[in-house]
Amino acid sequence: MSTAPPPRAWRRYTPAQTVIHTAARVALAAITIWMLARLGVTWEYVADAPSQVADLLGRMFPPEWSFIGALVDPLVQTINIATLGTAIAVVLAIPIAFLAARNTTPNRATYGLGRLVMVVSRSVDTLIWALIFIIVVGPGSLAGVLAVAVRSIGFVSKLFAEGIEEIDAGQVEAVAATGASRGQTLLYAIVPQVRPVFTGVCIYRWDINVRESTVLGIVGAGGLGFALNEAILGLEWSRVGLILVVVLGVVVISEAVSAFLRKRVT
Amino acid sequence: MLEVSGLDKRYPTGDHALRSVSFTIDGADAVFVIGPSGAGKSTLLRCVNRLVEPDRGTVRLDDLDITALAGKALRDARRRMGMIFQEFNLVERLTVMENVLSGRLGYVSLWQAWRRRFPPDDIEAAFVTLRRVGLEGFENKRADELSGGQRQRVGIARALVQRPRILLVDEPTSSLDPRTSEAVMALIVGLAAEDDIPALVNIHDVPLARAFARRIIGLRDGLVVYDGPVAQADAAVLERIYGGAILAETERSGSGPL
Amino acid sequence: MTATAARTWRPPSPWGRPWVGPVVWTAIIAFLVWNVASLQVDPARIARGFSRFGTVAAKAFPPSFERFGILATGVWESIEMATLSTLFGVLLGIPVAVLAARNVVPLPVYAGGRLVITLARTFHELIVAIIFVKAVGFGPLAGTLTLTLNSLGFFSKLLAEQIETIDRGQIEAIRATGASRAKVLIYGVLPQVLPRIVGLTIYQWDIHLRQSTIIGIVGAGGIGATLYNAFARYDYDFALAILLVIVAIVLVGEAVSAIARKRVQ
Ligand SMILES: Nc1ncnc2c1ncn2[C@@H]1O[C@H](COP(=O)(O)OP(=O)(O)OP(=O)(O)O)[C@@H](O)[C@H]1O
Ligand SMILES: [Mg+2]
Repeated sequence: MSTAPPPRAWRRYTPAQTVIHTAARVALAAITIWMLARLGVTWEYVADAPSQVADLLGRMFPPEWSFIGALVDPLVQTINIATLGTAIAVVLAIPIAFLAARNTTPNRATYGLGRLVMVVSRSVDTLIWALIFIIVVGPGSLAGVLAVAVRSIGFVSKLFAEGIEEIDAGQVEAVAATGASRGQTLLYAIVPQVRPVFTGVCIYRWDINVRESTVLGIVGAGGLGFALNEAILGLEWSRVGLILVVVLGVVVISEAVSAFLRKRVT
Repeated sequence: MLEVSGLDKRYPTGDHALRSVSFTIDGADAVFVIGPSGAGKSTLLRCVNRLVEPDRGTVRLDDLDITALAGKALRDARRRMGMIFQEFNLVERLTVMENVLSGRLGYVSLWQAWRRRFPPDDIEAAFVTLRRVGLEGFENKRADELSGGQRQRVGIARALVQRPRILLVDEPTSSLDPRTSEAVMALIVGLAAEDDIPALVNIHDVPLARAFARRIIGLRDGLVVYDGPVAQADAAVLERIYGGAILAETERSGSGPL
Repeated sequence: MTATAARTWRPPSPWGRPWVGPVVWTAIIAFLVWNVASLQVDPARIARGFSRFGTVAAKAFPPSFERFGILATGVWESIEMATLSTLFGVLLGIPVAVLAARNVVPLPVYAGGRLVITLARTFHELIVAIIFVKAVGFGPLAGTLTLTLNSLGFFSKLLAEQIETIDRGQIEAIRATGASRAKVLIYGVLPQVLPRIVGLTIYQWDIHLRQSTIIGIVGAGGIGATLYNAFARYDYDFALAILLVIVAIVLVGEAVSAIARKRVQ
């Protein structure tokens, strides 16, 4: 009678790996706890939070529907800020994108310039741009439009430039070989290739900008956010509720419109 | 008349693609350039219309020194050379008509180009050329809706509508099946003969070259190793151009050396 | 036989009918013109803007790093908020993503999951921050909660889309062994999306870092409050210093995120 062989052990990880994994988890947990501790949580507030939220919702809903008339103007302003801001951004982004695309930029200096504009525009949030423009042009829609435009230039030109870099050089070469000028080659070989990308990006950014425009008014740059801020400062919670409902509607509709249009162009 | 002399090209990567290439095309015959992959065939063609800048040497077309031109003068010279590409290089999102009319871009203003307002003569010429390549009624189709053979026909029409003094043809059939290849090659050679212009044709397919060529230029490692009638391009010549491998290839395709 | 007149050709209209294009473009341009007009920009206002810009720029240069302590505290708070909220966001976001993936849960659950994602996505983080500040008071806790909720709209959405594109065959093979739904998730789904989870987590952190620089405007902690106060007190040189630091951390965050994401792929 032979004895059964000892049962073989199988582990997914070697002991060393297990130690490393455990150490990593412990470190992560320690960092988390340390950061949590530094948050300075006031536990009385936290304990009170559910009743606070319930109270807030109770005041907001049902919303004050009769206030809707006063929201038409801010609503239109919000859409206008987003649309005009996007339009300005697109116009300015087109030349920047051609500078910042490796295959169309004239030289290294222009490429660097294009990239620099992109980085500066993108690394500052729309709201911060709004704060800056409010100082220059005063509170109101104009500051909002400028903020949306300046923030969008970087985003739009980055995606445009990626679209330009993806074009088929053969088509460009073929048109150039007929004796077409630079401008004509641009119109006949490059524009047709980048057009769907450009259109899609414009619609996409417009959608994002509608959402951003709903809060610009909180810092004083016009639109629904302005009404929201006033309602909050005046403790008119049922109006706040209504504004939030309107914001929800605008954002959902603009997203649906954007998705529909983008499906059409590609 | 096309006169190429002492053409030399070394790419920045170090590839010496052309080494002092010289030849002359007189009259309206199609001249076929054959050679293994990387021999420099495409480079040669692109140096003729200066899509690639040669390092040394000259290219003359009807007494015009193309290598000395720049800017507007170079573009005017390019109008006189029609180019046909291996991958067709149609602008895929434009219609057939717009692609064909792009052969006339050198003759219209930027504004006309943008508004698609070509002179009536150009439009008429485009219709006629579409008919000649067998694409009557295709003018409003988009280029990306066409088959490979149809696309190359549009490419041919785009080159012909330029009313060129010469056709530069870079492996026009490599992306096509054998039957379509023959039809397309016959079309190019036939239409060039009708218009009484020469064609400089790069080609991989030796049997196809034999079927259509009278004169062959053999290129290997950037050097012209043969330039003469197709009839004299025997096995030894092919051996010189391709180095061994070609024998198996010709045998496989069933047509031995003529 | 008469010579036929030269044929004409017009490019086919992308809108189907030739008159639609001009109408659409006229409408768009008219809308934009009306838009510009309603902004009430006049030369005087522009001139005033430029002169004010000059004054502000003169006050802002050179940027002042005198109150470096306040600046550093704000920046560090932003980083903490971004990191914690990413962590919580991922822990909460993974289950939400699973519930919002059509190919692993039944339809009613899926609908619920999508609803959570849509609600979390719709409101701008600034609005959410206002609500949380009301609920738990001023400070970074409100900001952390805001960003955590934001993860359910971004991280969960992209992860759910990822789960929806995974290979069905692998799931079926695990299911065929008699494994329960949960086991199918662990053995069939998770291994396929794990690299993506890591990538998305890093990406989410990058985005939270950006957002953490603004929600302070409504009192939800981070460098945003410091910036807002500097603007409110006309401390433009300090504001410029804060701006430069924000741009720097956003760029560093983006670079770190790009490198890390490249390494996990
Ligand atoms: N744009 C380029 N940059 C650098 N080297 C190049 C470039 N184009 C071609 N070459 C090199 O030059 C040499 C000749 O290339 P060419 O394309 O002219 O050959 P070919 O005879 O047309 O080949 P094929 O039959 O494969 O098309 C090759 O060694 C190739 O690698
Ligand atoms: Mg070639």
